[in-house]
Amino acid sequence: MNMHYGIYGGQYVPETLTGALRELEQTYLEAKDDPAFHGELDDLLKHYVGRESPLYYAKRLSEHLGGSRIYLKREDLNHTGAHKVNNTLGQALLARRMGKKRVIAETGAGMHGVATATVAALFGMECEVFMGAVDVARQAPNVDRMHALGAHVRSITDGGATLKDAMNAALREWASCSDTTFYVIGTAAGPYPYPMLVKDFQSVIGKETRRQCLEMCGRLPDQVVACVGGGSNAIGMFAGFEDTPNVRRIGVEAGGMGIQTGQHAASINGGKVGILHGMKAYFLQDTDGQMRDTYSVSAGLDYPGVGPEHCLLADEGRAFYEVANDDEAVAAFDMLCRYEGIIPALESSHALAFAIREAPRHGHDHIIVVNLSGRGDKDMENIRQYKEKHGQNR
Amino acid sequence: MDRIADIFAARKPLIIFTSVGYPTESRCEDAVCAAIEKGADIIELGVPFSDPMADGPVISAASQTAIAAGMNVHKVIAFAARIRSRHPKTGLVLFSYMNPLLHLGYDHTCTLLAEAGVDAILPVDLPLEERDELLEPARSHGLHIIPLVSPLTPEERIIRIVKDMSGFVYYINVAGVTGERAALPPNIGEHIAIIKRHTALPVAAGFGIASAEAAHAAAEVADGVISGSGFVKACSQSTESAADFTAELLRGMGR
Ligand SMILES: Cc1ncc(COP(=O)(O)O)c(C=O)c1O
Repeated sequence: MNMHYGIYGGQYVPETLTGALRELEQTYLEAKDDPAFHGELDDLLKHYVGRESPLYYAKRLSEHLGGSRIYLKREDLNHTGAHKVNNTLGQALLARRMGKKRVIAETGAGMHGVATATVAALFGMECEVFMGAVDVARQAPNVDRMHALGAHVRSITDGGATLKDAMNAALREWASCSDTTFYVIGTAAGPYPYPMLVKDFQSVIGKETRRQCLEMCGRLPDQVVACVGGGSNAIGMFAGFEDTPNVRRIGVEAGGMGIQTGQHAASINGGKVGILHGMKAYFLQDTDGQMRDTYSVSAGLDYPGVGPEHCLLADEGRAFYEVANDDEAVAAFDMLCRYEGIIPALESSHALAFAIREAPRHGHDHIIVVNLSGRGDKDMENIRQYKEKHGQNR
Repeated sequence: MDRIADIFAARKPLIIFTSVGYPTESRCEDAVCAAIEKGADIIELGVPFSDPMADGPVISAASQTAIAAGMNVHKVIAFAARIRSRHPKTGLVLFSYMNPLLHLGYDHTCTLLAEAGVDAILPVDLPLEERDELLEPARSHGLHIIPLVSPLTPEERIIRIVKDMSGFVYYINVAGVTGERAALPPNIGEHIAIIKRHTALPVAAGFGIASAEAAHAAAEVADGVISGSGFVKACSQSTESAADFTAELLRGMGR
């Protein structure tokens, strides 16, 4: 198998981890061709997760903006409240196939941690989640959920104490116990084969969207939009539109306080090619090649890198990567709450913010699909604090 | 001239890892020179990296301290050049994660390393699959790339890892990250014997060695003994501690 996406991707890990990656690749390639594997996964996606998730026409929002018709792919309605579970179910089935009794995961917003804790409970596996101390504080409801599900949460204080540091800690742990433990990576990043298998497990988003849009609108959308942290919900959405160049694929990175301030997490728009977490990709770095601490109001986007396939898509102009800043994301969050009665995750609010910017430029015949990757219950305290700090409370 | 080969031909070397710039640049330099004067044969100069995912708490913390004080690849290379001018026979190995090297450019990095008198690069996160991208620039500047083998590496892979390599082979004693261990696994000798079936290169053992007993056990079965976290910890205390630590390991090795 080709481990690279152009110059990106690969398997830049210490020798100690190469065997575990090989074992995972072999298991996955076998499972991929096994109808029983897909049968079980599809059954769980339907009855446990509640797929398919609806494609919903946000009529009031669209009419308010007075341009494009905005449709929402409702991944927020999945069990556990985000797209993350599509991937954790797939990986948990692989873990079981490999006879592993314990799973570990890194998490930022906590949604992947919750989704991993959930499937561990479902399959009777032990679960430990690595989470930066900053994120433990700002995503407290998800820490409680993980505990309720029987997972152990390890708070990581290294570095900036966010997602990057949690992933370092998870990789360190995995190096010492890969014989018994399966590492469930939460985004389309990390060493090969993770970017490939995470994409495959998330591609259900794009496949469903394509079919649903044809059914509802009689044609494909003009644009599909998704937020990009490591890039799993975006690559899953994009996967449904690989052979349709007229569908513009747009990823939205976290601009934090603005790219020019340096306080952001926009790896493609503000980064350089680097190597971390097993892959070559765009990373935010300083002038010495040290990884920078990133900033975003949204914990799930607060990561200095991005999955390798996105890097190649960006270079080749096959997908486009925009930026939404904190203030735009929070305004988009409010607007969806007020106009549609839907509370979106702050991560997904970045994708919405782009659509809100874009819609007025087009006519009513223009269709934008936004991947609503998760729901925002976890973000309420965070939003309250943000507004307090910026004098927006009433 | 192949300094590394000469060193292994003369004796079983003691190889000392230091996190360059820790606890400060000058104290680190004093500690390294003290170790060399006590008898350390090869120094692994660790480039501090923001995300040392193969390192345990001691080296991770040392890296953060060094970075906060402004240590970077350029300064590590200048550090190497100073050690080289004082100790022409000591082996110098740059120990680094890939990102700082990629950032500077592989070819440029190798040019600077060769000029500074460094002998080899030990890339932590560069397995066989990705090795070619650094191997060519390194070779064209006369630098060895030190291959690593872990206890989990199967024999067919060992064959491919050691094939056509130079310098020495680094055998990682334990699966996991760097740091002291209460005891070394009993089967290091068997693993090293397998490696030696497939290469004429010397094999040095590292990870978890921080006492005379561990150094003794490693020297029984390996061609060289590597110690890192223990030395870094000693460095943080004083130059004398670093010298004493080195002497203790040498004593364990019967030197
Ligand atoms: C709801 C939601 N959307 C998006 C993301 C970002 O991840 P990715 O880019 O992998 O989709 C996260 C990550 O935590 C999330 O929780």
